[in-house]
Order: sequence, then structure tokens, then C-alpha cells
Amino acid sequence: MPLTYKENLVSASYPDLVTGITEIVREICGSHTASLVTSEATFEGALQIDSLTMVEIVVACEERFGVHIPDEALEQLKTIDDAVQYIAAAGVAA
Amino acid sequence: MTAAAAAAVTGLGAVTPLGADVSALWDGLLTGRSGTRLLDDDAFAESPVRLAATCDIEGRLDRVEARTLDRVQQLALLASREAWAHAGTPDVDPERIAVVIGSGIGGAMTILGQHEVLQRSGARRISPYLVPMLMPNGPAATVGLELRARAGVHATVSACASGAEALALALDLLRAGRADVVIAGGAESCVHPLPIAGFAQMRALSTRHDEPDAASRPYDKGRDGFVLGEGAALMVLEREADALARGAPIHARLAGAGITSDAHHITAPDPSGRGAARSITLALRDAGVDAIDVGSVNAHATSTPLGDIAEGVALGIALGGHRPPVTATKSCTGHLLGAAGAVEAVVSVLQVREGLVPAIRNLDDPDDAVDLDLVRVAARQHPHQVALSTSFGFGGHDVSLVVTA
Repeated sequence: MPLTYKENLVSASYPDLVTGITEIVREICGSHTASLVTSEATFEGALQIDSLTMVEIVVACEERFGVHIPDEALEQLKTIDDAVQYIAAAGVAA
Repeated sequence: MTAAAAAAVTGLGAVTPLGADVSALWDGLLTGRSGTRLLDDDAFAESPVRLAATCDIEGRLDRVEARTLDRVQQLALLASREAWAHAGTPDVDPERIAVVIGSGIGGAMTILGQHEVLQRSGARRISPYLVPMLMPNGPAATVGLELRARAGVHATVSACASGAEALALALDLLRAGRADVVIAGGAESCVHPLPIAGFAQMRALSTRHDEPDAASRPYDKGRDGFVLGEGAALMVLEREADALARGAPIHARLAGAGITSDAHHITAPDPSGRGAARSITLALRDAGVDAIDVGSVNAHATSTPLGDIAEGVALGIALGGHRPPVTATKSCTGHLLGAAGAVEAVVSVLQVREGLVPAIRNLDDPDDAVDLDLVRVAARQHPHQVALSTSFGFGGHDVSLVVTA
């Protein structure tokens, strides 16, 4: 699948992906929630992101990074690190 | 006459085309400002009607509220914050706080906007908040969450009587002891080409595009329909003893309500005025006051040719020969549909509290078919104890409220 979106994942580094996800969290949840982002932060716990907002974040990540994140994968994405790893793997695979 | 208990009005909140809060609403009415504007955005370029009375809430909500709440919920939330603060932020067990907020349509802007997203970008781009944003109980649920209200959250849906019916239900909840504090009223926001096209096809809207400020003119011979408005208004209501016990300010009392239905036609008012008159009579009886005691009327008066006359007939039947001064808030605010009855109940509270009856804007040439004491040109100084507010809705809903000092 060609990357037609804003970022070339093969070259995106771990910090780039964290920065990108943080920007998405800021856009959707506001700057307070974004300020709580760390690799270990859990979406549901530390960031207090509910399931509806999680859907918005996933769709925004798909758009920004040009990956597909199926609903089945959502279950495994507990932390920022989980999301970064998933996107990186999906991007490399693509 | 034996009256059922009245509810103390301890807080008021309103976001209307006349401004951000209750004082802007009252000031706008006393100075006779119009909230109507020409819709000059491209979306309305082909619209048969390009007039509406809109609210400016830019910058008043945070990013998350702005994205996850329909505009009707945003308006309700803003009005609730004002009303709750005005009531002194009641420190009450959440299990004793109830919410009743009516809306004629609910989250119309969301359903219409998201339909465009679906067609343009597909299902994956639809907001996961679509359903909670479009549901008609959305405004009530939003305010319930804000206040952590756990004594029940209700949404009345009776078209343009929704806001008034919400206040009637709130009074019932307090009388039945199902809650100690109820925040109640109405909210509406549907200034969009589709609802406007629908009302326009009914020939219900004014088309006075050359003079937006003069478009809403209840009881005037030149009236040609209503002006669609948006906004929200809410009241905090409590049993009087509770309000006094916590030292809350009591601005007035919601003393009675009367609800009837015409069973005449899905949209046209019953020209005999019987159903509407009976709602007034029931409300007066509920409040324990006689027709002769009514000191002012805040009429539904939308500025449609048929509706204003039918209401005049109803008031004549219910009040007999008594002719208290009548005002028509919609001459300034436009018609806020499901929020209208609540806005007008808030104004009725101010009428008795301040002893003033605002003038009806644009009433240059009163219709001879209406035999009422219509307040014109300038607000009338008129100390009085009892105000009557009437609201009617498509579907044949008649709701009358009695506010006492």
C-alpha cells in the first residue's frame, strides 16, 4: 500500500511518532491532556480518554500516518508506546 | 381556589439572539433591539428565506465541548452555567437534582452536517459522537452531566411548546417530591438551509429581506411569518421552603401550569382557540389565581397571520373582559422554537420582579382582528403580581404558565 499521507513512516522515528500522536491528542482532547502524554501513559487511565474519543484518535492517526488500524487492534493499544509500536510496524509492513 | 404549591425561581440563564446572558436579553427587550440578521453565508445563497436570529457563542466553550456537543447542547450548557451560578451554586445532594430541558428538534446541525461528511468522505469519517450529539435528550443529558444530576434527566418534545412544557414538568417533579432542585427550560439550534426550506414551504417564515429588523412583527397588520431563532433559556426551581432555608434569592415563583392539546390539525391552530384557552384556565386554577388577577401576558405571538389571531381569541375566552398588557418577546428575539417558551418564562419572571412590560417591536399598525392591550413603542411601568406566559406548538400542544411575584 503506497503512503499517500503526510508522513513517510519508514523514516519516521520513535520520537517523531510520539510527537505526532501528542499533536493529535492536543487537537482532540486539548492541551491539558496532551501535557500528560508519556510513552507509558495509558489512554484510558492516565489520559482519561473514553472509548468514543479513542475512535477519533485512531481515525486521526490513520489519516496522519497512512496506516489502517482495525477495530481488533484497538484492544491492544493501551499505552502511547503500544500505539507508536503498532503504527511503526504497520507502516514498515506497508 | 386551592392552589398547588408554587416553585421558587432561584436562578435564571439565557443565551439568545439579544446577547450572552439574561441581562442582555432583558436590556434588549427594554430597548427594543432586534436579533434578526440577513444570512449572507454562501450556504443560504439559494435559500428562499435568508433571515434568522442567531447567537454569538464564539470562544465561550473549550475545544472538547465545541467538538463533542451539538450547538443546541452548547447553548443549553452555557445557559445552565449562568442559571446555576445565579442560583448561588446550590450545594445539594446530586441524587436530589433533576434536569428537564426541551427541544423541538434536537441535534439538527449535527445530523445535517454529518450527512454531508458521510456523502463526501464515507462512514469512517463520521464522528463517534454523532448519536449523542443528535439525540433530542442531548441538551438535558449534557446539563445533567455538568451538574452531576442524578434525580432524573428528562427531555420534553412538543415543538414550540417544549421549553414551557419542561417547566411544567419541573413543577410537577418538585410538587411530587421527586427532586429538591430542578433546572429546566428549553434549547434550540437549527439555522440551516434544510429546516428553513421546510418552514418556508409551509409559508410560515417572514420574507422581509429588505428590512431584517422589521421582519418579526407580532400582531402588526404587515406581519408575514416568523423569523427562525436559536438559543436556550433555563431556570433553577426549588420548593420555597428549601430556597428560604439555604438563603437563596427568590426572583419570582412558578405558580401554575396548564397543558392541553387541540386535536384539530397537525400544524394549524384551532381558530376557535378552545384548547389554548383551556390551557390558560387550567394554569390559572393551578396557581390559585383568577383571570382578573393577571397583570401581564407574555404571548406566544410568533408573527404568523393565523397564529396571532387564534391566540388573541384564546386570551379573550380565558380572560373574559379583563385586558392586561400583552407583550411579544419574539418581536425582538425571533422564534426560538423549543427554547421559546423558556425564554418567555424567564422574561415573565423579570416582568413581575421589575414591574415592567417590554414593548412589542415593529408593532406599527396593530391588527384590528386582535382585541388585546398590546404594549407598543416603549416598555410600560406596571407593578404587578401575576404574569401569564403562553406557548403553542405544531402537533396541537398548548402550554400556559403562571409566574407570580
